[in-house]
Amino acid sequence: MIDARGASLVSIVDGVRAGAFSAREVTEQFLDRVARLDGALGCFLKIDDTGARRRADAVDAARKAGRDPGPLAGAPIGIKDIFCMRGVETTCASKILRGFVPPYESTVTARLEAAGAVALGKLNMDEFAMGSSTENSSVKPTRNPWSHAHVPGGSSGGSAAAVAASLCAGATGTDTGGSIRQPAALCGVVGMKPTYGRVSRYGVIAFASSLDHPGPFGRTVEDAAALLEVMSGVDPLDATSIPAPVGAYRQAARAGREGQTPLAGVRLGVPTEYFQPGMDPEIETAVRAALDELALAGAKIVPVSLPHTKYAIATYYLICTAEASSNLARYDGVRYGLRAAEVRSLEELYTKTRGEGFGTEPKRRIMLGAYVLRAGYYEAYYGKALRARRKIADDFSAAFASCDAIVTPTSPVPAFKFGERIGDPLQMYLADILTVAPNLAGVPALSQPCGFTKSGLPIGLQIIGPALGEEICFRVGGAYESRTDWHTRFAPETA
Amino acid sequence: MSRITADEVRELAILARLALSEQEVARMTVDLDAILDYVDAMRELDTTGVEPMTHAVPFDCPLRADQTAPSLSIDEALANAPRREASFFQVPRIVPGPGGSSTVEDES
Repeated sequence: MIDARGASLVSIVDGVRAGAFSAREVTEQFLDRVARLDGALGCFLKIDDTGARRRADAVDAARKAGRDPGPLAGAPIGIKDIFCMRGVETTCASKILRGFVPPYESTVTARLEAAGAVALGKLNMDEFAMGSSTENSSVKPTRNPWSHAHVPGGSSGGSAAAVAASLCAGATGTDTGGSIRQPAALCGVVGMKPTYGRVSRYGVIAFASSLDHPGPFGRTVEDAAALLEVMSGVDPLDATSIPAPVGAYRQAARAGREGQTPLAGVRLGVPTEYFQPGMDPEIETAVRAALDELALAGAKIVPVSLPHTKYAIATYYLICTAEASSNLARYDGVRYGLRAAEVRSLEELYTKTRGEGFGTEPKRRIMLGAYVLRAGYYEAYYGKALRARRKIADDFSAAFASCDAIVTPTSPVPAFKFGERIGDPLQMYLADILTVAPNLAGVPALSQPCGFTKSGLPIGLQIIGPALGEEICFRVGGAYESRTDWHTRFAPETA
Repeated sequence: MSRITADEVRELAILARLALSEQEVARMTVDLDAILDYVDAMRELDTTGVEPMTHAVPFDCPLRADQTAPSLSIDEALANAPRREASFFQVPRIVPGPGGSSTVEDES
């Protein structure tokens, strides 16, 4: 039997495929960990134990019958509560979707199940993926496994914390402005936002459609690569999915571990704009040390410039709120979810349902989006932001002419305490300052552990690749990981 | 100088179909004002002649084959409806009927 705590997803899959242990045994072990440990952490919104056992038994039956149980056979995973699963309540951690049971399955969860992965349940998040701390969940807070006084980051905070605490070996998330990478950094795990369109958005509840990127969480770079390989690919149900063939991500992660100088010939760009005053000095020190390590692995470190970085947050919030205000118009109390009682007109049904059902942050973003799209303001705000977005994307194209990947910190600060930022929305928005630009440009970016602060909080390293350059991110990440032991440390465990 | 007034917030809330309490209006006015002040820094950026970027990856709307395929049954489609009647979503009366202009919904 495996030791679930700290076990990598890939090692579990290898064991199940080889028959060393069954998918059912693994599932029971992880369900037991969730039952014992999640009360203190608050990662899961719903535990789907019946579904998990059914999926595990199907994997074991396939293996016994001599069929291939799949590339993720028996992998215990958690699903961010933004992915629809047929027959499993999906709420986006919002009151307005309480009780919503999707009649259809997201492409991502369908692909993961077909590959043998065993979804254990749905994970907590900021309501509608709006936030950077998971404090905006309408259900409950999720605690950072490294320190329960600190947030796990967000919006995919439940996913990052569950992987860090080994309540599952991998997880899905979505990243609209950093919602996979920032919680991965704050919880000391690996998170990958792929190229826009690499992973289908079908069945993923929409926040800002041109910026929403589904992606994986893992304990190691290869774990994230293994999940992304299955999640990726063109989907007729998402017109924006990319028809290009899926890369060999696991192989790229492994290639990074081979030989003395696995990164020989690789040029890594370091943008001066990503090392600004306000950054925690411990983070800068850790990231500079990581760059030295990457140089020892053979990479050439070159300075690059992303001159429009300072406009990224403003551009991002103008675009994402405009798209959110339009996407969230569908929650009207008619077809699913909450419906206000005692209403006298259709108009009142809409306004009361939405007033009661949405939390503060979705309301704020709907209002800001309505403001920037308003006749007379549209060009000055939304139109301006779309043009700035082009300039930010052009920065990346120019930088990738002189480097193969860009290396930066993921977050300028380590995990913050509950309540520290939630009262000031602008301060919370600035938490995404190093992660939003790759969403605007649509380029892939990986976050992985690169150290700890003196007080024991994880620090994240961000590796940004060109469009469809997932493999270089995994190769660089695999090289760094093989030379350090951050990923082998366990968060303290309290039942 | 404030960039947005409480009255503008109330007007926006009507456009966005959001019932906000007076307390929420007050808080929203302060928050939106700070955010609008922050995004104003964009004005200094020269975007003359820059083509707006609506999508991260260039794509031309692909067309699928025009073939019928199975879709949700009426019961599946209505399974999440807070109120249904026969094969319809039920909403408060929209068109004035013989009994009056509008009625409070029955709590059935």
